[in-house]
Amino acid sequence: MRRQIPLALVMIFGIFMIFQYFVPHESSEWVYEFLLDWIYIIGIFALALGIWSLIRVSVEKIHSRKSGWGYPIITLAGLFLMILFGFIGRRDGVWGLYFMTAEGLSNPMFRHFFDYILIPIQSTMFALLAFFIASAAYRAFRARNILASLLLIAALIVMLRFNPYMGPIGPYVADTASWLLNVPNLAAKRAIIIGIGLGIVATALKVILGIERGYMGKG
Amino acid sequence: MSSSRLSCKRTKRGCPTSPLFGQVLAPASSRRCDLTARELPRNAKTCRTIVGRVPREAQRNKKPDIRLDIRLQDFQARLKTYTRHRITIRSLTALLLLLTALSGSQAQDNADSVLTSDLETSLAPAALPPAPVTELKAFDSKNDHGHSVTLNWRLSPDDGAGKNIVFAYEVYRWVPFFMDSLKSVREKLSQTESAIAELEVFEPPAKHLLNMHREGKPGKGFADSVKFYEDTLAASKRLLPEYRQQVDRLRDERDEGIDRIPSAHTSYPSEGEWRKVGTVVAGESRFENVGVKDKESADYLADNTPYYYRVDAVTVNPAVRSQSDVVGPVRSSGQWFNTGRVPVFVAVMVFGFLTVYFITRAKRGIDLYVRPLAGIDAVDDAIGRATEMGKPILYVLGLGTAADIATIASFTILGRVARRVAEYQTQLIVPCYDPIVMTVAQETVKAGFSDAGRPEAYNEDIVYFVTQSQFAYVAAVNGVMLRQLPATNVYMGRFYAESLILAETGALAGSIQIAGTDEIAQIPFFIVACDFTLIGEELYAASAYLGREPLLLGSLKAQDYAKAAVIALATAGIVAANLDWTWFTTLFRVSR
Repeated sequence: MRRQIPLALVMIFGIFMIFQYFVPHESSEWVYEFLLDWIYIIGIFALALGIWSLIRVSVEKIHSRKSGWGYPIITLAGLFLMILFGFIGRRDGVWGLYFMTAEGLSNPMFRHFFDYILIPIQSTMFALLAFFIASAAYRAFRARNILASLLLIAALIVMLRFNPYMGPIGPYVADTASWLLNVPNLAAKRAIIIGIGLGIVATALKVILGIERGYMGKG
Repeated sequence: MSSSRLSCKRTKRGCPTSPLFGQVLAPASSRRCDLTARELPRNAKTCRTIVGRVPREAQRNKKPDIRLDIRLQDFQARLKTYTRHRITIRSLTALLLLLTALSGSQAQDNADSVLTSDLETSLAPAALPPAPVTELKAFDSKNDHGHSVTLNWRLSPDDGAGKNIVFAYEVYRWVPFFMDSLKSVREKLSQTESAIAELEVFEPPAKHLLNMHREGKPGKGFADSVKFYEDTLAASKRLLPEYRQQVDRLRDERDEGIDRIPSAHTSYPSEGEWRKVGTVVAGESRFENVGVKDKESADYLADNTPYYYRVDAVTVNPAVRSQSDVVGPVRSSGQWFNTGRVPVFVAVMVFGFLTVYFITRAKRGIDLYVRPLAGIDAVDDAIGRATEMGKPILYVLGLGTAADIATIASFTILGRVARRVAEYQTQLIVPCYDPIVMTVAQETVKAGFSDAGRPEAYNEDIVYFVTQSQFAYVAAVNGVMLRQLPATNVYMGRFYAESLILAETGALAGSIQIAGTDEIAQIPFFIVACDFTLIGEELYAASAYLGREPLLLGSLKAQDYAKAAVIALATAGIVAANLDWTWFTTLFRVSR
């Protein structure tokens, strides 16, 4: 029963969602939106579970003095401080705890932590991508065999396309690069996309029919 | 007219104020837009609107003049220019009248009169209105949820031909005056609700401040405001119940009004007036009057209501126009089947049939061949390697939600990995981005450990939530990679910009890496940085490949046949397109 009820629910709602795509009527949309609302509701409860999981794992690391146990302290401090600052706000010149209104979002400490710590750190992480692309490109473009050499040549042409100092051969390089992107590259991409589309439909059908049960912990 | 021939500096742009709007004379050699005075917009100096680029082929063409048909791409731009043009005409006329009045000499008068005469000739509105649109038809928009009416018509003979003076078409709907009272009820309701919200927000902190004041702890500068707070709170106490009652009454009134909309429209043509519902540019012969389904919205367009429409052909001077015949009554309604999606429906049915057919065949014991997937074969080896090295396995489910098919496929692989990990007594780490994914992954890993006969080895800390911030998650996972140096990193699911950061960090840490994603843009990154990569659909095939269950293999076979069908149809489509067999290509057209 513990497995059959979820399977039945998946089948019913899965089949509904298939047919909903073909039924534009308002009542069909209403049910669809109602079901989507449930995702948000479940997500909110799951977020509480997630935060609890984070706290438990962090406390466990600190308690057992595992390698890098200092980092969870920062994690927990950040978590609780931001929650605290988020609820403390000032209205009419008086500081107070505001649980139901948005005063906390303009708390200077909340803003400063967010604007001057979190955003720069995230930007730094994203900026690392440029260096990782360079190192990955170096590995990918080593001409070890014919295919890798072809890859290298194609990549060079595409990169040269953006070079403003190409002189008279510029238009030819641009045309070749466009051809590479729009013909062989796009053809391969479309082949993969068609495969992915069919794979998604097949997996969805397997989930609806109860054949694929990996999401229930039954692989 | 040749002496008044002027050049427009914006050579690659068409001018919407020209009577020949939509068409530009572009000499190929100079790449300039060269228009005669008649063709040039009267406010040529302010001509700015972009309507399109001159195609490269046309620029290269050696012919002296090429008439290019440039499509309007930005409707807003044209409307803006339309308004500006009207203002410019009025301003210029006023300026000229002023100049005429101020001028003293006869010669000047003569010159001005000549100038005024010339400009009046060019600025004066067309004396005769354009021919009206004909064959106006209005019908319920197809394949929608209702609340929408579509109109189409035959263009005015003076649009793009004849006098060529049609600038736009304005669409009017007959609206009963009753809708104004409904609108005022809506506005009152909205204002009252806002007032209640403001008072409700004001009350708690005001009470708090007054309490502090009574306790002798006034906030800075608060003492002066005590009376204001007390008065407002008293007013709030008195007004709130009244406002709430008013809201209830207004809501009832609004709901009753909404119910009366269809009957109010039956009074046509009395007790109502024509109101503009939209404008389309000249050359267009279709308009969709789309409302919203939300009854509380001012843009609500009720279904099953008799609507009447007419279309006016307007010139640059909005006073010069012609009206079409009235069309109606037309009623909007929602459909129960979207006929524009029939090709998708057929494809889903055929694919579903194929899947069920091959599953049935597989159940009968017929052997189905599945090509080896190196990435999946490598999973067992990688787990063995981690066991030998005594290091953990890091499994990353990506940034997808539990509703993403890639994540669902990843759960299946995670289950398999968890089972092997339990058997080999290796350590597993699963940091999660999404809390729902975390709860499902916990169940999956727990089941994997149970299947391996080692439920006691399962630890709740194996699968844990990190954060829902993309790069904070990456930082946390990279930290795990660099501190704990996992022997194997498995990335299965949906990945975005973080894919390469994760995979490169893993490569630097010396881990064996296996990846699989259906995000096309991330596949190259994984191929470059990982040892094995499951490309696109291989991720979905992994569950069948791992389990070797006939039911799962059957669906794989159906996928292969569907791919063969797609290849065959694509080839037939190429042939049909080249032979101009439009009937064949339209068979596969999907709308909305």
